[in-house]
Amino acid sequence: MARRYDSRTTIFSPEGRLYQVEYAMEAIGHAGTCLGILAKDGIVLAAERRNTNKLLDEVSYSEKIYKLSEDMACSVAGITSDANVLTNELRLIAQRYLLQYQEPIPCEQVVATLCDIKQAYTQFGGKRPFGVSILYVGWDRHYGFQLYQSDPSGNYGGWKATCIGNNSANAVSLLKQEFKDSDASLDEALNLAVKVLSKSLDVTKLTPDKVEIATLTRQNGRTVIDVLKDKRVEALIKVHEEEEAKADAQKKKEQEKKK
Amino acid sequence: MECLIGIQGKDFILLASDSVSARSIVKMKSDHDKMFELSDKLVMAVSGEPGDTVQFSEYISKNIQLYKMRNGYELSANAAANFTRRNMADALRSQRPKHVNMLIAGIDEDGPALFFLDYLASMIKVPFAVHGYGGMFTLSIMDRHYKKDMTRDEAMALLKMCLTEIQKRFLVDNPQFKVRVVGTNGVEDLGFVKPPPPS
Repeated sequence: MARRYDSRTTIFSPEGRLYQVEYAMEAIGHAGTCLGILAKDGIVLAAERRNTNKLLDEVSYSEKIYKLSEDMACSVAGITSDANVLTNELRLIAQRYLLQYQEPIPCEQVVATLCDIKQAYTQFGGKRPFGVSILYVGWDRHYGFQLYQSDPSGNYGGWKATCIGNNSANAVSLLKQEFKDSDASLDEALNLAVKVLSKSLDVTKLTPDKVEIATLTRQNGRTVIDVLKDKRVEALIKVHEEEEAKADAQKKKEQEKKK
Repeated sequence: MECLIGIQGKDFILLASDSVSARSIVKMKSDHDKMFELSDKLVMAVSGEPGDTVQFSEYISKNIQLYKMRNGYELSANAAANFTRRNMADALRSQRPKHVNMLIAGIDEDGPALFFLDYLASMIKVPFAVHGYGGMFTLSIMDRHYKKDMTRDEAMALLKMCLTEIQKRFLVDNPQFKVRVVGTNGVEDLGFVKPPPPS
């Protein structure tokens, strides 16, 4: 019975749902985790790297974090081939605006324009929606540092900290607990990112080859997008592990006291 | 025969345009306003083919207002000028190019800005500018007397010198000029300024 409404992407089911869109969102729930955290002096974007095979050539260093323009970067969760099409489109949107106005495009306009395209695939027949959620980080003169998220339905929103992909619900609730306010420094945000990642990825130990972390900051009137080197990521993980060990020791002590 | 003048001061831009509407050798009207207010702090003075000027200016003006509605903030003066130039460049290479010259004056977070844009879609940011024959008589005056960060009174005095010279030496009579100031508080209409009769 469900097939009647499944096969056509743009037809509502009797309950008023678009199954293909929901399936696309479901697919993203299994994709690599991405998370973004806003700080007062920058933004952190972190992503889980799934294809860790020692035979894999490391020509493309950054696998999940894409630079979109001078002031923006994004990370994707979902079908990688779909994501490539969308990142290409995002870059075109940014460059078209630059060509027309000779000024960098404000962040929200990039997101909104891409979401118009995503939305069209949920309304016009014969095509399937893009199976991609995207986290965007960027800076513009109007609103400073910004973090956005968009999904296959074409919805988007601005966030102080959010997460997409595998186990994202858990990560978001963890962020809700741990995120104090966006006045935190970039270093604090980095530590938080590692903490949340280590708890929401299903690996026992976080390693630099399993995550990709990038920061977006402003230096001398320019936006700097930096994909952290393995060494730096390793150091961050170490800091996190030490803190974790300290917390564990503290817990043990208290338990022993109770005895 | 048309003449547009722009002078950038410390925190304002003074714009003046002749007010003659002519067909062939006939003066149809002498209180014609050739300026368009694109937004609160953005004004465009236009000359050129009658019809083209209005058509093009309104198109730009409405697009700039649409941008404001869509995004909740305005285009900067620089972005608006470049948008206008891009449209002009596209029109130039279309079936029917627009014959329009303009001065775009605006104020944004980066301060005042004056752009000189001609019908061949070449644009330049300048401290002072003149379109038309008037430039032959006035640019040298401005070279001599223009100072950076002029006050409104100084700029107005400079403008009056220019208008007097045009009235004195130019073959065509321009009885009065429409003058506007784009300042930090918006656009101020200073009405028509009449150069003194030649003595």
